Order: sequence, then structure tokens, then C-alpha cells
Amino acid sequence: MSPAHDKYYVPHDSYWPIVGSAGLLFLMLGVSTWLNGADAGFWVMLFGVGILIVMLVGWFGTVVHESVGGLYNAQVDKSFRMGMFWFIFSEVMFFAAFFGALFYARNMSVPWLGGSSNNFFTNLLLWQGFEASWPTNGPGEVGGDYQVMGPFGLPLINTAILLTSSITVTIAHHALIAGKRAILTIFLAATFILGFIFVYMQAVEYVHAYQDMNLKLTSGIYGSTFFMLTGFHGMHVTIGAIMLTIIWLRVVKGHFTPDNHFAFEATAWYWHFVDAVWVGLYVFVYWM
Amino acid sequence: MSTAAADVHEAHDHHGPEKGIKRWLFTTNHKDIGTLYLVFSLIMFFVGGAMALVIRSELMQPGLQFVHPEFFNQMTTMHALIMVFGAVMPAFVGLANWMIPMMIGAPDMALPRMNNWSFWILPVAFGLLGSTLFMDGGAPASGWTMYPPLVLQTGDAFPFLIFSIHLMGLSSIMGAINIIVTILNMRAPDMWLLKMPMFVWTWLITAYLLIAVMPVFAGAVTMLLTDQFFGTSFFLAAGGGDPVMFQHIFWFFGHPEVYIMILPAFGVVSEIIPTFSRKPLFGHDSMVYAASCIAFLSFIVWAHHMFTVGMPLSGQLFFMFATMIIAVPTGVKVFNWVATMWRGSMTFETPMLFSLGFVFLFTIGGFSGLMLAIAPADIQYHDSYFVVAHFHYVLVPGSIFALMAGAYYWLPKWTGYMYNEGAGKLHFWLSTIFVNLTFFPMHFLGLAGMPRRIPDYSTQFADFNWMASVGAIGFGLSQLVFVYVLLTAKQGEKATDRVWEAPRGLEWTVPSPAPYHTFDTPPVKRVHEEAFE
Repeated sequence: MSPAHDKYYVPHDSYWPIVGSAGLLFLMLGVSTWLNGADAGFWVMLFGVGILIVMLVGWFGTVVHESVGGLYNAQVDKSFRMGMFWFIFSEVMFFAAFFGALFYARNMSVPWLGGSSNNFFTNLLLWQGFEASWPTNGPGEVGGDYQVMGPFGLPLINTAILLTSSITVTIAHHALIAGKRAILTIFLAATFILGFIFVYMQAVEYVHAYQDMNLKLTSGIYGSTFFMLTGFHGMHVTIGAIMLTIIWLRVVKGHFTPDNHFAFEATAWYWHFVDAVWVGLYVFVYWM
Repeated sequence: MSTAAADVHEAHDHHGPEKGIKRWLFTTNHKDIGTLYLVFSLIMFFVGGAMALVIRSELMQPGLQFVHPEFFNQMTTMHALIMVFGAVMPAFVGLANWMIPMMIGAPDMALPRMNNWSFWILPVAFGLLGSTLFMDGGAPASGWTMYPPLVLQTGDAFPFLIFSIHLMGLSSIMGAINIIVTILNMRAPDMWLLKMPMFVWTWLITAYLLIAVMPVFAGAVTMLLTDQFFGTSFFLAAGGGDPVMFQHIFWFFGHPEVYIMILPAFGVVSEIIPTFSRKPLFGHDSMVYAASCIAFLSFIVWAHHMFTVGMPLSGQLFFMFATMIIAVPTGVKVFNWVATMWRGSMTFETPMLFSLGFVFLFTIGGFSGLMLAIAPADIQYHDSYFVVAHFHYVLVPGSIFALMAGAYYWLPKWTGYMYNEGAGKLHFWLSTIFVNLTFFPMHFLGLAGMPRRIPDYSTQFADFNWMASVGAIGFGLSQLVFVYVLLTAKQGEKATDRVWEAPRGLEWTVPSPAPYHTFDTPPVKRVHEEAFE
């Protein structure tokens, strides 16, 4: 490498961030007016999403171009790694809020409504006859009778799928380091295919819950925590699978070398993160 | 590949700034972005301040004077949101952007494009929030804490409130990631962690807090959104949820948030007091440990905001004692500042005056915080003007004074000229007199039982309220002196590179004004030692 490459690469003048801000403006304006009852808001929202997609493609395209062009030295690479780590940490804390809500409901608010601790009169005067148990849709039986989503069947299959995909992505990573392109391509493809299968199965589960079990987002605190946790997780799996697909395309194009493949690793970390969240979900939402 | 190679050479040519508006929209330069943050926060400071004056005008006399009670509630809510997320936080991020790369000898922030986006999300967020003032049902009026079920009565403003908070969180998280990565990865050779200036240290800890709690806040307001529009039962007792759960999640964010607003202030003051005492900071390492302790404790004290809401006795005891423990590391910091000044040859330029004001007046706010920490006493103080007095003492002569101190301290480095010292001192003395006139009587009002967030009050509170309102108008007007200082900032004499007589740190080794690009190559050890030992 020439000495110039040893300098930390500082890009100049990018219009992608301001395009992103415009996208966010239309997105948020659209969603807000739509929620307030204006149908036009939906189209404004889609327009915002469109701008954001253009921005993401353009911004990442610029970064990929610079990366392939060899502008990034080891220190820049380290910045990206650290940035990804802290981004995943922020995601962990986002899920922590919803897990916190689940634990609070199970261990505090529901038992209290049932009269535990010093809440005898809460139960007697407000919710007489309510006996605390989990799962529950609350003393008001919000959303009506529902069935509980058990841990076996689809959720167990989904667990197996995600855990397997974590293994396949690791095999792909080792193959990348060892320079075995065939294994890399096959196992990375397997990973995102498993990811999309997971998302599909999750959709099947949701349809089943809504149509056959009367288990809905509106089914009290159980429905709320169930769908918000699995929903946000499913969203992250979808994003992760799209990321893996793009990385696979880049692998096919030969963008990565055994010692320079940050984007691959970042996506793999992200994938392990959604996998770990799923294990938490499986244990605390489906099983216990 | 050939085009990329051409880019390489272009990228390493020395670019000056772009001309006109494009410079500010597209910039990736940490100094430009720092300036954007600082100017934005100053505008928000005046917008939020104008709302505060609406509040104080209404409260100048008992009875309803100028505004409808509903609008009064909108003003308290918007004043808080704008001051917290629009003024104080972006101002500290602005200082971080300007100073951290220069203090650690880095060519720029680690992720310059994302840095631009972090800033440019803010005008979108506050545009959305500000637009709610003109909507059906008006702006949010639930208080900035947004407790359900009250907040669910917000009109058309509701989704705008939620999404503007999401955007503020997005901006804060990206900014914080950038700052952490810059500090951990971009330091000059030989600047090991415990050698970093205190401002850098406190921002490292602050950035960690931001990444840890802003997503939790985003989660909490997302639950509000789904409860309102999609029929979830997070905060609905009939469905098995609990409105108090929102308060727990909110304050798990909210308490670290108050340290997010004060830790960088500690850092600024820890830079300034040594310079004007002509002594190194006393107990640098203990300051680092103290700030880390405060950050850790901030995660386990949240329910002291909720003593009256109902919780088990064991919970009250835990949160009471955990809260009082914070006085220990905070005391370490205050005593270290005093020990830094001890037998120093002190001078009292404007930054030093604001820093001294900070130490005195922030400590008063700290003491009233200790009083509020005592659960049985808090049951009396809760939601009274005593609380208002407490948090305004830590935020106005705390965070805001530190920001002013930092602005005066580094202004010559930014502009290349000395500011008008006489006007700066006038600004300090007017601010200090009026800030005390505004907020000190609120202690008495609160202890006498005046509730907060009510536009009318019993006649026995009239005198102190009148004093507070006069103080607030005076404080607002004295900030115009600061604007005068900024407008005349380039009319003084040329500043030297070191600006002050005995400042420490790498930022004083570069010319004044700081060139567009600094430390393209890391500073050599000699410079670093000279600036630092």
C-alpha cells in the first residue's frame, strides 16, 4: 500500500444523509397523518420509504465502491466494527424494553391485579374474582377468548431453523477465511434461505393465530407482548435475511477477501443477534 | 478500480469548505457539523425560552392572565421537550463534534457521513414536533414524561409526538455511536485511555448511556403508539397491563438521561477550572472513576421519580439508598474541583466565572436532590415547585452554565478572535443574579405546597411567583448579551494559538482559528507531551 492509504479515510461532501432526512420526513409525516385518519398519508409514507430505499442503496453503494477501491485502511475497518457492535448493543436495549414489559406484566401487574402483595383491595374492589395466571388477557378479558400459542410444533421448528442458520453462516465464514468459495456460496445461500423460510413460517403462525385461535394483538397483555416481541423480531429477521442476500450477491461478485470482509462479518454478527433474541423469545414467550 | 484510485488522490487533497448552503447540507467535516449543532441548539434554546416566558407570564400573578390552561400545559410540555432534546443535548453533541477530534488528535469523527445524518435528522424531528402547535387539539400537553392514560388524550399531535421522539432517539444513538468509536479508535499514539482529557472521558461515558437508554425510550413510546392505535394493552389494567409500567420503563431511560445532560457539563468544567487555576486537574483518575460510578448508579435509581405512585416498601428503601449513594461520586467531583483551585493562581475570565457559578449552583441543585431522594420526605415534595426548583438548578446553572462556559472557553479557538470580555462578564453576572431570582423562590413555593404544572395558584404564593417571573424575564433578556457576544465575536483582537495563559490539551497546539482540517497526520508524541504533562 502507498503511504496515502495509511491515512484515515475522511469522505467529503455527501448528499445521502440529507436525502435520508427528507425520506424520514415524508415517512413520519405520512404515517402520522395516516394514523390520524387521512388516507393520503399512506402514499406520503410510501414515498418516504421509497426515498429511504434510494438513499440506502446509494449510500451503501458509495461505501462498497470505496471499500473495493481500497480506500479503507485497518483503522477505518476497526471503526466500522466498533460501530456495528454498538449498533447491535442499541438493538439489544430496544428488545430489553419489550422483554422488560413482559417480565413486569408477568411478575408484577398481573399478580397485583389478582390481589397479591398489598393489593387485596385492588382485587376486591376493582377486579373481583380475577385470579392471576399467565398467559392472560387481563381481568377485562380484552379481546375475548383465545388459545395460547404452545412451544411445540411451528415455534420449535422455527427454533431449529434459526439455530441451523447460525451454524451455516459460521461455516460460510470459515470457508471465506479459508478461501473455499464453493462452500462459502452454498452455505451463505442456505443461511438466507433458512431466514426467509423462518419469516414465512412466522407468517403462517400469525395467520393461524388470527384465524383459528382468536389470538390477536388486541388479546390483552398476552397478545400485546406476544405479537410485539415476535413481530419486532420477525422484522429484524427479515432485514437480516435481506442483508445476507445482498452479502451473498457481493460474495458472488468476489468483493470479499479472506482478510477483508467487514460487511460479511457485520451481517453475521447481526444474524447471531437475531438468533439470540429468538432463543430468549422461545424460552420466555412460548415456553415458560 | 482505476476510478477508485483517482478518488484516492482526490480525497487526500486538502479540501476547503464548499460554498454556500451546500457546505452545510452535505458537509462531513466535524467542525462544520459541530457548528450546525451549536447554532441549532441556540435557536432551540430561545424557542424553549420563549415558552418558559409564556409560563412565567401566566404565573406572574394569581388567577388566569394570558393563556388558556390547556395551552399552558402545552407550553410546559413543549418547553421541556425542546430544552432537553433540542437545546441541551445537541449543544453538548456540538461541543463534542468540535472538540473531541482535536483533543485526541484525530483527523475527524470516525464515521463522518453518519455524523452529518445525526445532525440533519434533528430539524426534521423538531419540525414535526413544532408543527403540532397548529393542529387540532394543540401540541402535546401531558408533560414531557408522557404518562398514560393522560397522554393518550392528546389530539392529532399524538403520532407526531411519538415519531419525533423516535427521530430524536435515532439522531442521539447515531451521534453516540460516532463519539464512542471516535474516542476508542481515533486517539493519537500514546494517548492511552487514562490520559484523555476529562471532557473526552465524560463524553465516552455519556455516549454509552445514550446507546443504552435511548432505545428503551423508543420502546416505551412505541408501546404508547400501539396502545393508542393498534389495541395493545401494555398500559391498560383491564387487559392485564399497568399504566405504572410506563413510568418504570420511561424512568429507566429518564434517569440516565439526566446524567446524559450533566456528565458532559462536568467534563467542560473539568477542562476550564485547571486552565484558570494554572494547576492540573486534581485527581484526574478519581474523576474518571466517579463519572463511571455515577453512570452505573444511574441505571438503578429510576423509581425515585415514582415514590408516590405506589411500590413495595423494599422498593422504596432500595431506590432511596441507591439514590443517596450518588452523592458520593458527585461529592468526589465537587471536592476535586475545589482542590484544583486550592492555592492555584486563579483569574476570573468569563469561562471561569461560569464554571465557578456551575460548581456553586449545581451543588445547590444536588443538595435539593438529596432531599428529594428521601422517600418519606419526597411524598411531601412530589410534584411541587420544589421539584421544579431542583431540576432547574441542575439544568440551568448546571448544564446551561457549563455550555456557556465551554462556548466562551473555546470561542477564540473557533473564530480566531477574542470575544468581548466585558460583555461576557456582564452576561455571567446578569445570568447568575436572574437565575437565582427565578429558581430560588421556587424552593419556598414548593415547600409551602404549590403544585407544579397548574396555571393558577392560591394567593399566598403570589409574592414568590412574582419574583420568579421577574427573574425569568431578566434571565431571558440577559441571554441577548450572549447573542451580542457571538455577533461581535470576530471584532476583538486576534487570538493566539494557546488563547489562554495555561491551557492543557492538544486543541491548543493547532492555530486559532482551527483550520478546516486538523491532525491529518496524528500528532507526534513530543507535541502531545508538551500539551499534556
